[in-house]
Amino acid sequence: MSKMGDIFVIVEHRKGEIRSITFEMLYKAGEICKALNHKLTAVLLAGKGQPFASDISKWADTVLVFEDDRFMDFDSDTYKEVINRLILQQSPFITLIGHTSWGMDLAPALSVRAGYPVATDCVDIIVEGGRPKAIRQTYGGKAFSRVSFRESPGYLITVRPGAFIPPDGAADRQANVVMMDIPSDLGPAKRDFVEFVDTAAGEVDISQAEFLVSIGRGVGEKENIDAIKDLADKMGGTLSCSRPIVDMNWLPKYHQVGTSGKSVRPKIYLALGISGAFQHVAGISGAQTVIAVNKDKKAPIFRVADYGVVDDLFSIADALKEKIKG
Amino acid sequence: MNIVVCIKRVPMTQEVDLEIDADGRGVNREPLAYVINDWDNYAVEEAVLLKEELGGDVTAITIGGEEDEEILRRAMAMGADRSIRIDPGDRVMDSYVVSRVLAEVIKGIEYDLVLTGVQADDDNCGLVGIMLAEHLGLAHAAVVTGFTADGNQATIKIELEGGINEVSKIRLPSLLSIQTGINEPRYVSVIGIKKAKKKDLEVIELGDLPLSDEDLSPRTIIEEVYLPPETEGAQIIEGDPSKVADEIIRILTEKGVNV
Repeated sequence: MSKMGDIFVIVEHRKGEIRSITFEMLYKAGEICKALNHKLTAVLLAGKGQPFASDISKWADTVLVFEDDRFMDFDSDTYKEVINRLILQQSPFITLIGHTSWGMDLAPALSVRAGYPVATDCVDIIVEGGRPKAIRQTYGGKAFSRVSFRESPGYLITVRPGAFIPPDGAADRQANVVMMDIPSDLGPAKRDFVEFVDTAAGEVDISQAEFLVSIGRGVGEKENIDAIKDLADKMGGTLSCSRPIVDMNWLPKYHQVGTSGKSVRPKIYLALGISGAFQHVAGISGAQTVIAVNKDKKAPIFRVADYGVVDDLFSIADALKEKIKG
Repeated sequence: MNIVVCIKRVPMTQEVDLEIDADGRGVNREPLAYVINDWDNYAVEEAVLLKEELGGDVTAITIGGEEDEEILRRAMAMGADRSIRIDPGDRVMDSYVVSRVLAEVIKGIEYDLVLTGVQADDDNCGLVGIMLAEHLGLAHAAVVTGFTADGNQATIKIELEGGINEVSKIRLPSLLSIQTGINEPRYVSVIGIKKAKKKDLEVIELGDLPLSDEDLSPRTIIEEVYLPPETEGAQIIEGDPSKVADEIIRILTEKGVNV
């Protein structure tokens, strides 16, 4: 290879703030750059006057800034158009994009348009013989797979939030900030941003609870929830849940723990019948102690819990009620 | 509103011990039971709800063998009008190839909207829908939890992280990847599935589609699939429920939670 392509990181920001996935990607990209002598380039699309470039200037060698009010809020259509042209011009070796709702809308389309192969939701990246390989989870975290790519001028990888937490002192670069010309022939957007809407607040705020009794799919039937609610009440805990419970309309959304629900930081998180999809686990990283009860001894929740019980959740719930009564 | 919905049959792996295949590149699927991918079930329901509200028809498509026709019949029992199975033979496909093949078939259908699930429960890639949109040149949005049609556009709700949703307007025709929870998928009875056998199920052989070797060449290769190491993780509390309950209460007390 005559010229070592850069590693690109696509900056993600929302409501005037850079999202933590951006720093996680910059950290991982920085590690690869150090090992293999690549340059690290952050690609920033932002509205006029959004001062993001200075926030990331210590994290990259170059920040390429596309500043236009059309880029104030993410829009896969416009972002894809701008980034595709940039990629074809500069042939970055690897381009990292967050595996977020926005990244999931951008990366697959960009891959097809640029002709660069993509691997999604990666928890590790290895470079061997001048080509990256991605480590990702499948079957809801029950298996891992190592994925390689067909040879290409460059590769796209979407990164799982929380997979690469930067340690203190990770920001040790000094970026050259370059203002880029906005392509003059951008087509009209096929999508118009209207507004952000928060999930309606409920009668409980699980993010403030010290002790959460949390239920997942393992609860089986809607009728069974009352028994666990009763347990939570008796133990002085707050009832929370994983996504499937809300999807099935068994509990309102404000009970939901996880990336699309709330992040929680209780002293104790008692997970009953929760398998532990990463979107859920990401929401409990602030919990001091996690106790998981699940019939499936291979449930991914046991890899992140401090204590595990391989048993039927109702037997344990009944036993707990007995003890507390006495 | 004419809608195409792309669906996949996947193995159920909750509460199952997975085994790695002899070649180390997949899991042994033989002992597993199969269902329609959960996200796709919501996509079918959304398609049928929109048809009931606005008229038009719904076409369900899958790529797979004869055994995969069960999810097409299920979709037709839910209200899809017709379905297509694309038989891949023994060809190995990645998300790129799947999306390319789907695009080839869908471009011959009249539609206003294409729906897929956000991702499949087996490979968890989340690629096919949005790749398909790009092949078809459609406006697209991922992780959609709400849809209201309004003439030649629609107002959609997109689920972001942290309990925040984005509301956007999108031009039609478009492709949306549907998130679970957008609706309540209807119950499908055995009788319903039997009745759906009268509806049209077309089979297309992959070899009959005008696709080149390049179109059908995977961009990614799974080199190895492996199970996570057993050693890491939780300290297991053993014993009967009474003993386990004692230990849980002890931990709670130790961590400063009074019960």
